[in-house]
This record gives sequence, structure tokens and C-alpha cells, in this order.
Amino acid sequence: MRTAVLFSGVSRHFGAVRAVDAIDLEIGEGEFFAMLGPSGSGKTTCLRLIAGFEQPTGGHIEIFGETAEGVPPYRRNVNTVFQDYALFPHLNVADNVAYGLMIRGIGKAERRKAADAALDLVQLPGYGSRRPSQLSGGQRQRVALARALINKPKVLLLDEPLGALDLKLREQMQEELKSLQKSLGITFVFVTHDQGEALSMADRVAVFDAGRIQQVGTPEEIYRRPRSRFVADFVGSSNVLPPDFVAKIAGQRKWASLRPEALRFVEGGGHAARVVTRSYLGGQTRVALDLEGLRLNALVSSTDMLPAEGATVRVDWNGAELHLMEDAR
Amino acid sequence: MRSDRASAPLALKIAAACGLLFLHLPILLIFVYAFTTEEKSYQWPPPGLTLKWFAVTWGRPDVWEALGLSVRVAAVSTAIALVLGTLCAAAVSRTKFFGRETISLLVILPIALPGIITGIALRSAFNLADIPFSVWTIVLGHATFCVVVVYNNAVARFRRTSASLIEASMDLGADGFQTFRHVILPNIGTALLAGGMLAFALSFDEVIVTTFTAGQQSTLPIWMLEELVRPRQRPVTNVVAMVVVMVTFLPILAAYYLTRDGDRIAGHGK
Amino acid sequence: MTAVHGDATVQSAIFRERGGLAGSLSDIFWRNPRLLLLLMLTPPVLWLGIIYLGSLFALLAQSFFSIDEFSGLINREFTLKTYGELLIPANLDIIFRTVLMAAAVTLAAAVVAFPVAYYAARYASGKWKALFYLGVMLPLWSSYLVKVYAWKLILAKEGILNWFFAKLHLTWLLEAWLALPVIGGNSLSVSYTGTFLVFLYVWLPFMVLPLQAALERVPASLVEASSDLGATPAQTFRNVLLPLAMPGLAAGSIFTFSLTLGDYIIPQIVGSSRLFIGQAVYAHQGTAGNIPLAAAFTVVPIVIMGFYLWGAKRLGAFDAL
Repeated sequence: MRTAVLFSGVSRHFGAVRAVDAIDLEIGEGEFFAMLGPSGSGKTTCLRLIAGFEQPTGGHIEIFGETAEGVPPYRRNVNTVFQDYALFPHLNVADNVAYGLMIRGIGKAERRKAADAALDLVQLPGYGSRRPSQLSGGQRQRVALARALINKPKVLLLDEPLGALDLKLREQMQEELKSLQKSLGITFVFVTHDQGEALSMADRVAVFDAGRIQQVGTPEEIYRRPRSRFVADFVGSSNVLPPDFVAKIAGQRKWASLRPEALRFVEGGGHAARVVTRSYLGGQTRVALDLEGLRLNALVSSTDMLPAEGATVRVDWNGAELHLMEDAR
Repeated sequence: MRSDRASAPLALKIAAACGLLFLHLPILLIFVYAFTTEEKSYQWPPPGLTLKWFAVTWGRPDVWEALGLSVRVAAVSTAIALVLGTLCAAAVSRTKFFGRETISLLVILPIALPGIITGIALRSAFNLADIPFSVWTIVLGHATFCVVVVYNNAVARFRRTSASLIEASMDLGADGFQTFRHVILPNIGTALLAGGMLAFALSFDEVIVTTFTAGQQSTLPIWMLEELVRPRQRPVTNVVAMVVVMVTFLPILAAYYLTRDGDRIAGHGK
Repeated sequence: MTAVHGDATVQSAIFRERGGLAGSLSDIFWRNPRLLLLLMLTPPVLWLGIIYLGSLFALLAQSFFSIDEFSGLINREFTLKTYGELLIPANLDIIFRTVLMAAAVTLAAAVVAFPVAYYAARYASGKWKALFYLGVMLPLWSSYLVKVYAWKLILAKEGILNWFFAKLHLTWLLEAWLALPVIGGNSLSVSYTGTFLVFLYVWLPFMVLPLQAALERVPASLVEASSDLGATPAQTFRNVLLPLAMPGLAAGSIFTFSLTLGDYIIPQIVGSSRLFIGQAVYAHQGTAGNIPLAAAFTVVPIVIMGFYLWGAKRLGAFDAL
């Protein structure tokens, strides 16, 4: 696998603010890569560094082996789907989609054909003569996608692409984006603050916090083996156990994470805990427990016999499920 | 839009209607006087109606000369104001730089200060620099206070045009000039047109600064001022007044229709 | 991946520089956004900074010169003597008269503008809203001189206003008004009342627009909440509407106040022979040739407006502009 995007020691400081601070990152060709983090964590700045809207204040960026610093966005074969879609209001859909080709001086007939094909690809056939203002949010996003893909970019950047869509449309677009990426083989880099979206769509995820990358890995690695408390907190609804407690049960003074579905109720042994609340989630029920003052969430099948609120129960888990974290942050 | 648009109390309706009537009746009155047969006084009601004065005005070379000068001055001032105002608006709204507040203030100052100050300042500067009064000294003054109208319109539109449009254009391969031509210009075009029309209207009937910066030439407002102070042929003044009203209404209406979706005509400032 | 078949530019992740003048310039501006900014700002800043500010400062500088009383020549030495002349009773009278007129016009404009602005902001919608807007914009932008001229017609002895009063058999009322000291006079067109009416008319739209903008931001629910809580319309007005409209009133008053302070044409055409600041400036720079005193006079409205703006800023007026 070739390297599509390479960051070595890249920083972007705005005065005293370190939006991106000495980041190393490697994104492979054909990967569907997610940058996940809360707002202000530096993920969007990273995307803008790849697009060329921002220049690094330190470090080195390569795109397919070529140096990218000092190269303006219009000389990068990289395209972006903007968060607000940024469709040109004065052009119709077809002219929006064909904008990149028009700039390259490609003839009208050819542009028209390519735009129609791109609109077919995003399942908006026959929408060419409409105005962007006549489209729904989901349709605008598809136009933005077609406008980027028509240029056959080496890397496609997506900035919170699904943020403005409602839940149902979001799920549908997740699948479509995924299959589009597989069939085109283009490297997709997308930014999101929604951990569910990142885990379900991406091949690999980078978790950002305060201008740094906390962890890079496959969704499963990130979810099952968070490297730090921040990742465990942000990525899942994992239970985070403090070192004092972990010392008692595992013999090591380290922070640990324990997934809620690893907890089960037992007749004897385990630990005594009080049921604080019960929340019915459909197939599963979340039970909030108080274990020696420690708050734990358990996710159990709704068909099981469930303890009542206020009841004292015994809970246990498989020792292998307890994940000790290397990083104390 | 509020859903519960109850009807207004009667007193408020009447007061609002009176306010609007107060604003419009005097202008309508001008239209009646343009047709009066009375020559020597401002007698109301007019003793009779006639179209004669239109013909007389048509045949007056001094009116034509003044009108021609006004149009030329307004056209040149508008052109200068368009260039300067657009540059300023682009710089202020696209980039954050130290002193942008100062730039805004600098642009607004010529209309924020009373016109007489601008006028006398320019006049004494021309005297100090030994610049003879000419059409160009008038243009110099007019362009200075017309900049703000273009600037206001352009800034409002720039603010509405999202910054990501420019980034999107560059992202799709367009360099700075291509982006300007294919994205920025089409998006601010109508705002510039509206600003230009208002600048034209502003220059066309400016009188206070002009009295200080004109030499022997007289623009249409200067001509009118002279008629107001020392009336020679009142009916001709009536006709000219009516024509001036109609000439300024057109660009204002056009500017309103060009900018009505979203941003409003930057109306503050004369 | 080979570049033999496909288009080389499509294969590469970074395109070559385009070359050519536009391409190179584009690259230069992209690398140095400050250079572009400098190029964009230079023409307007040169124009406004040198021509306009330069003239303004030259004028202010001249206010520190004095005029030789015998030769009538300007004595170019620093002195505060000219400012001293401002303080003689006749000149103080002019300043006092102008400020009082500006204040009266501002107050009246606020009273007349409020119903129009409030109706347009709260009750008008769709076509009516556009009509109200144009109804204020057209008089605002129509020719200043024509508007003054219209009032010369209205206030003339043989004009429509006297005719109107005569028709209603109210001529005695008009005469009683004109018999009043100070605000009265021989006829409306040579009285302070006449000057005041014309000022009010000409600057009224400048009060309506910012006031309407401020009132648009008052949610209708606030007014309803107030009457729900048992407030009378008068109480709602005083305790809810007026405070919220204050920034708009302040913004509008900046225009009406400043414009009245500096005007010299209206009092010249409609009014008594007593001078306003603008007329004094005009007279001193013109026939008298006393540029230093004229310059010192122009400082007066600048200083007054400076204080006024400072006060208005504290009321939040600039948010309503």
C-alpha cells in the first residue's frame, strides 16, 4: 500500500494557540480514514492542511510522496466536500459539478457529459438544471460530492459531511459513502465529532485532543483497547476505572476501561453493587450501578431477568475484558 | 415572519399613516406645481394647469448645461467610488488585519461629518495647493463621499457570501484571478450595481460640498440653489424639480430590487 | 500506476505551476496575502487618507492661525486667539441656537418616526413591508434641494398651508402661533417654526430606518408577555419597548443631530435672518475671507458630535446602524 498522506512533526500554531501540535500521521492509499475529536481538537485544521487552506508552521507534509507545503490548493489534486457544502449559488447544479472541468478548460459538451455521469453516480440524475437553493440538504450534499469526485482527486476530504443531515438520511448516506469509496478506490479522509459515525464507516480512526493525536487504529482497536482515559471517554460509553480500584482487582495501579456489555449479573462471587437506574433501550437495557461509590454502566439483554431499581446485586466480568490503559491522561 | 400578526391599534395605524403622508405629500406637491399657470408667486390652488413650462424648460440651454455637467460628474464619481469602495470592502471583509476598524471609520467619515466641513476642508486645501476649480475638483469631492455607499453595499454582500465559496473554488483548481472572475464577481455583482446606482443618485443631487468645490460651473443642484435664493423663472424651477425627483427615483427603485433578497440597501448616508 | 496512458495531470497529486503572468501572480498573492491586501488598500487609503484627511487636518491647522484685522491677511502663527473669538456673545448665540434646534429636531423626529417604524416592524408584512420600506427610502434619497423647495412652496404666504388654515377658518390659530415670541415671526417661511419643520421633514427618514431596525429585533412575544402580566399599553411602552428601541433611537439621533448641526442651506432659505453654525462657517470663509474663524467654527460641531457619539456608543447605538 502506498502512502497517500504523510504528516511528520506537523504543527499549525495561531499565535499562542496550538491548533495542531507536532503531529505524525500516515494515511494509506485507498483508505477510508476518520479524524475524530471534539470541536477545537485540531482535526479540521489537519484537513485544511491537506487541502492547502492552511500552511503548517512546522514539520513536513507529503501527498503521494510529493512535498505539499507552499503548494496552493488549486495545484493540489485533492478535493473537499465542505461542511456547509459551499455550492455556488449563482450556478445551476450541472455548472457547479462541472466547475473544476471548466477551470481546466475542458469543452462544454464534454463537461455536460461528465456532469451527468457524476450526478448519476450520486443518484441525482436529471437534477442538472436546478438551482442549489431548490435542493434539500441531502441533495446539496450529493451535489457537493459529485462536484469533488468529477475531478478524480487522489484524496477526497470530507468535513463533517453528515453533520447537517437528519438521523435517517445520515445512516443512508453512511452506507452510500462507504460503498462509493470502495468502488472508486479513492482515499477518503473525513472529519467528524460523532464517534459512532467514525467507528462504523472508517477503516482506521485517529482520535484528536488538544491539537494532538491520542490514538490511531482500527475501530475495534480504538473501542476495545483505548490508549488513554480521554479515548475511552470519548469513543465509547466505556466504564473508566480509577487506579485505586484497579489495584485491588488486577494488582496494577493503572487506569482501566471496561465495556458495559462485559458486565453480567451473577448469583455468587463478583462484587456487590446497588442498582441506581434502569434505562430500556429496546433489545438491550442499560443498568446504572453503584459499586463502592464507583459508577458503572452495564448493558444487558432486555430478555434477561433484570434487578429492580434500588436492589443490591452482584456483578462480575471476565478478567480479560479489563483493559489497562498505558496513558494516564 | 411571526404567525400571530394581530392587527394594529387604530391610533398606531393613524399615526403611522400620518407619518408616511408627511413624508410624501410635499414631494407630490412639486408635481402639481410643475403644471401651474401662475408665474409670479407660489399660489395655491393653482389658477390653471398647463404643459407650457415643459416646453420652455426644454428650450433652456442653461438647464441642459447644468444637467449635462451633473450627469458627467456623477458618472465619473460613481466609477471612482466603485473601484475604491470595492477594494476597501474586499480588504476589510476578507482578511483580518490590524486597523480594519480604522479603515471603516475613514470611509464613513466623509458622510458622518457635516457636509459643510468636507466642503470647506476641500476648498481650503485646493486654495493652499493652488488647484484651480474645475469639473475635476467637483469629482474629487463627490467621489470621496460616494465611496461609502458602494462600500456599505459590497461589505454587506461579502458578509453574506460565505468564505467557503472562495475556498471551494480554489479547491476545485481555480487560481485567484479565476476565482475572482467566476465566483466573487458574479456573487457581488448586483450589490455593486446597486451601490453604483445609489452613488450616482447621491452625486447627482449633492449641493453642499459642491458649492465649495465648484468654480464657475454649475451642476443641476447648484442651478436650483441659485433659483431658490434668487428666483428668476419660478415655473422652470418647478419643472426641473419634478424631473430631478423622477430621475433620482429610478436608480433607487432599481437598487432596491437588486438587493432586496437578504441585504438591504445601505440607506444610511447622505 | 503508470503515467504513460492517462493524462499526466490526473495521475499526479500535485500539479505543475501554471506559469504565465496570471498564474505566477496568483501564486505570489497566495503566498503573500499581505501583499495583496496592501495592493487592495493602497488606492482607497491614499485617496481618503491624503485627499480627505489631509484637507481636514489642513483646515484644523488653520483654526490655530489668526487674521490680521487691518490687512485682512492670514497670520500663520500658532495662536488660540481665533478660538477666543468663538466665545464672544454673538458667536455663542449662534452655537446655542444651532444646538437647541438640533435637539428639538431630534426629539420631534423620534416622536414622529416611532409609530411609522413600529408599525413597519411589528405589523407590516410582505407587500406592505416593502411598501413601508420604499416609503421611507424614496424620500430619504430624493433630492435634498427639491425637498427644501417643496417646503418653500408649502410655507409661502400664498401657499397651501395658509390656504388650508383659511379653509378650516383657523387662520386665527396660525396668527396666534406666529405672534408667539422666538418661535413666531412675520410668516411661517421666515420663522424658526418654519426652519424647524423643514429640518424635521428632511431628516425624518434618517430616524425611521435605524429605529425600525432596532424594533425588528424586539420579539413580539415580549410585548405580549408584558400585557399578559397586566401592564397597560403605556407601561409596556415605557418599560419594554422604549428601552429596547433605545439603540435605534440613539443611532437615528446621531443622523438628525449631526445633519442639523452642519446644515446651512435650510436656514438660509426658510427662516429668520439669524445665523446657524453652518451659515456662520459659510459667511466667514466666503465674503469675509476669515478662514481661521470658519475653521474654528467647524471644530464646534465636530467636538459636539464627538461627545454625542461617545454617549451614543454607551447606549449601544452602533449595533443598530
